[in-house]
Amino acid sequence: MLLKLAWRNLWRNKRRSLITMGSIVFAVLLSILMDSVKKGLLDKMKDNVVGFYTGYVQVHGQGYWEDKTLENSFEPASLVTEAISGNSQVTSAVPRLESFVLAASDNLSKGSMLVGIEPADETAVTGLNDKLVSGEYLNQGDQAVLLTEGLADYLRLGINDTLVIIGQGYHGVSAAGKFPIKGLIKFGSPDLNKGLIYLPLSTTQQLFGAENRLTSLVLQIRDNPKSRQVAQQLQANLSDEYEVMNWQAMLPELDQVIQGEEAENVIFQIVLYMLIAFGIFGTILMMTIERQYEFGVLLAIGMKRHILSGIVILENIFLALMGACMGILLSIPIVYYLYKVPIRLQGQLAEAYENFGIEPIFYFSVDAVVFYSQGVVVLLLALALAFYPMLKIWKLDPVKAMHA
Amino acid sequence: MEEKKPIILTKNLTKVYDTGAVPVKAVNSVSLEVFKGEFTALVGPSGSGKTTLLNLIGGLDHPTSGQVLVNQVDISKMKKSALIDFRLQNIGFVFQAYNLIPVLTAKENIEFVMLLQKRSKGEREQRVRELLNEVDLLDKMNDRPAQLSGGQQQRVAVARALASKPAFILADEPTANLDSKTAGNLLDLMARLNHEENITFIFSTHDQRVIDRAHRIITLVDGAVAEDQLVAQPVDHS
Repeated sequence: MLLKLAWRNLWRNKRRSLITMGSIVFAVLLSILMDSVKKGLLDKMKDNVVGFYTGYVQVHGQGYWEDKTLENSFEPASLVTEAISGNSQVTSAVPRLESFVLAASDNLSKGSMLVGIEPADETAVTGLNDKLVSGEYLNQGDQAVLLTEGLADYLRLGINDTLVIIGQGYHGVSAAGKFPIKGLIKFGSPDLNKGLIYLPLSTTQQLFGAENRLTSLVLQIRDNPKSRQVAQQLQANLSDEYEVMNWQAMLPELDQVIQGEEAENVIFQIVLYMLIAFGIFGTILMMTIERQYEFGVLLAIGMKRHILSGIVILENIFLALMGACMGILLSIPIVYYLYKVPIRLQGQLAEAYENFGIEPIFYFSVDAVVFYSQGVVVLLLALALAFYPMLKIWKLDPVKAMHA
Repeated sequence: MEEKKPIILTKNLTKVYDTGAVPVKAVNSVSLEVFKGEFTALVGPSGSGKTTLLNLIGGLDHPTSGQVLVNQVDISKMKKSALIDFRLQNIGFVFQAYNLIPVLTAKENIEFVMLLQKRSKGEREQRVRELLNEVDLLDKMNDRPAQLSGGQQQRVAVARALASKPAFILADEPTANLDSKTAGNLLDLMARLNHEENITFIFSTHDQRVIDRAHRIITLVDGAVAEDQLVAQPVDHS
C-alpha cells in the first residue's frame, strides 16, 4: 500500500508532476546526445590512432619510443615470444619495422613513416585492409607499397605509379628503392592520412639492411581497458632490453585530450543536472510545503517518520525514474540514427577540424553506459533532493503542522 | 473489591507556550481521571486550552510540567519516536477537518492504520468490513474522500480511529464542519459505539449537540478546570 500511496501522491498535481517529468526527459535526452557524441568522437579518435595504428600495447627495444631509430630495433628472442604467448590477455602479436624516410615522386617529396608489416597479421589486428580505398591489399613478399590517400594526393601519385623511397638503414647504411603503388588507404585521423607508407616486412628489412629485426611488436589484447595492466605484466616478465608500453604511455597527448574532453563533458553534465535539480527541487519544495498538514496528521495517527520519509523518497524516485526512462527511450532511436548516419561537417568548418588533426565527422556512441548512466545520475539526484523533505519530516512537530 | 483504574490520568498537567514577551499558560495544572466507557466533552471558550489538553493527553505534545498516564504508562517523558508508536497502538484521533488521506479510498484509509500496526492482511480485510458496516459505508468503500460528503468522511475518520482498537478516541471539534443533520447522525454513531462497545470518547467541542450527549462535561477556563460535571441523564436528540 505504501507503493500505491507514493504512486498516487505523485498524481495529486498532475500538471506539476508532468512538467517536472518533462524537464527531466529533456535533460536526459540532451545529456545522452551530448554524452553520445562526445564518447563517439573520443572513441573514434582513439580508434583512428590506437585501434588502427599504434595498437593498445607495444613491445620495443629499450629506448626506441624516445629515439625512434633503427639502431634501437631488436631481434625478437624466444623469451619475448614466450612471454607474450604466456599472457592470457594477449590474443596476437604483429611485428613491424618502422622508420622515417623521404617519399618522392617526379617533382615532389615528403617526409613519411615507412611501416614494414606482415600484411595478413596486420589486417587481423588493425583491420588495415578495410582502409583500402583503391587498388589491392599487400601480400607477403610483395615488392610494392600501400600509400595513404593524403600522401598520394600530395605527391600526385596513383595506383601503379612508382614511389621512390630514400632513407637511412640499420647501422647507417643507405636505403633507397623504387616501388609501385599497389593500393591506396585512407585513415580517419588526418595526421596519419598524410604520411604513411606500408611495405611487406621482409621487403622493408631488406631495404633497411635490418634482417630479422623489428622496431615493435603490436599486441592485440582481450580487454582494451586493461592495457596498462598487461603492459606492466609483460614488462615484469621481460628483461631491460625491452620496453613494453600501453597506448597512454605512447600517446600521452591523446590520452590527455581524451581525459580533458571527458572532464569537460562531466562539467557540462553537472551544469545541466544542476539546472534540472532546481526544477525538481521546486516541485519537491511545493509538495513538502503543501503537505505539512497532512504529514502532521499522519504522524499523529501513528505513522513512523521513517515510513513517511520512505513514501516521499519513493515519490521522488518514481518522478525521476519515469522522466529518466522516457528520456532514455526517446533518445534511443535518435542516437541510433545518428550512429548509423554520423554528422559530416562541410566546408571551412571541416577544414578547420582537419587542420587540428581531427576527422570532421561527429560520430555518436551507442554504448549502453551512455544511456544507463543518465538513469543512475537522475536516481542519485532524486535521492539527494529527497533529503530536504526527509529533514522536514524528521523535524516536524505534528501539533504545529496541523495548526499551520 | 478491585479498585477501578482510570485509562487516562493527568497530574498537575501544565503547558506553557513561550511565544513572546509574556509566556502563555495554555493548560494550567490540570488533574483529572477518565475511566473506560466515558463519553466526555471538554468545553470552554476559544483559547481556554481544550485542544492543547487534548494534544497532551493524546501524546502529540509534551507538557511543560506534570504527567499524563495512559493505562498507567507515563507518556509525558516519552521520546517522540516512542510516542508515535504509543499513539498508533493506544489512541484514536478524529479531527475537525476529517484529515483522510486524499489519494486512498475509504477502505484503504481505514486499513492503512492497521497496516502500520503490521496486522495480517486477513485480519485487516475483516476489520475494515466490520468497521465500514458499523459506520454504514460499505457501499462507499472504494470511494476516495473527495467523492464522499463531509459526514461520510467524518464517519470514515471515526472508523479509522477505531481500526487500531485504541484505548480511547480523542475527537477535536468533530462536528464543527458538519451540518446539523449530519452532525446528529455522527453523534448517534459515536454514542452507539460508546454504549454498545464501551468505547471511550473525549471531545473538545463548542457544539451544544455534543455537550448534550456527553456523560461528563469538563469546562476549561484559562487552561484550568473550572467545572467537572457528571451528567446523569444526557439529552436524547433521537
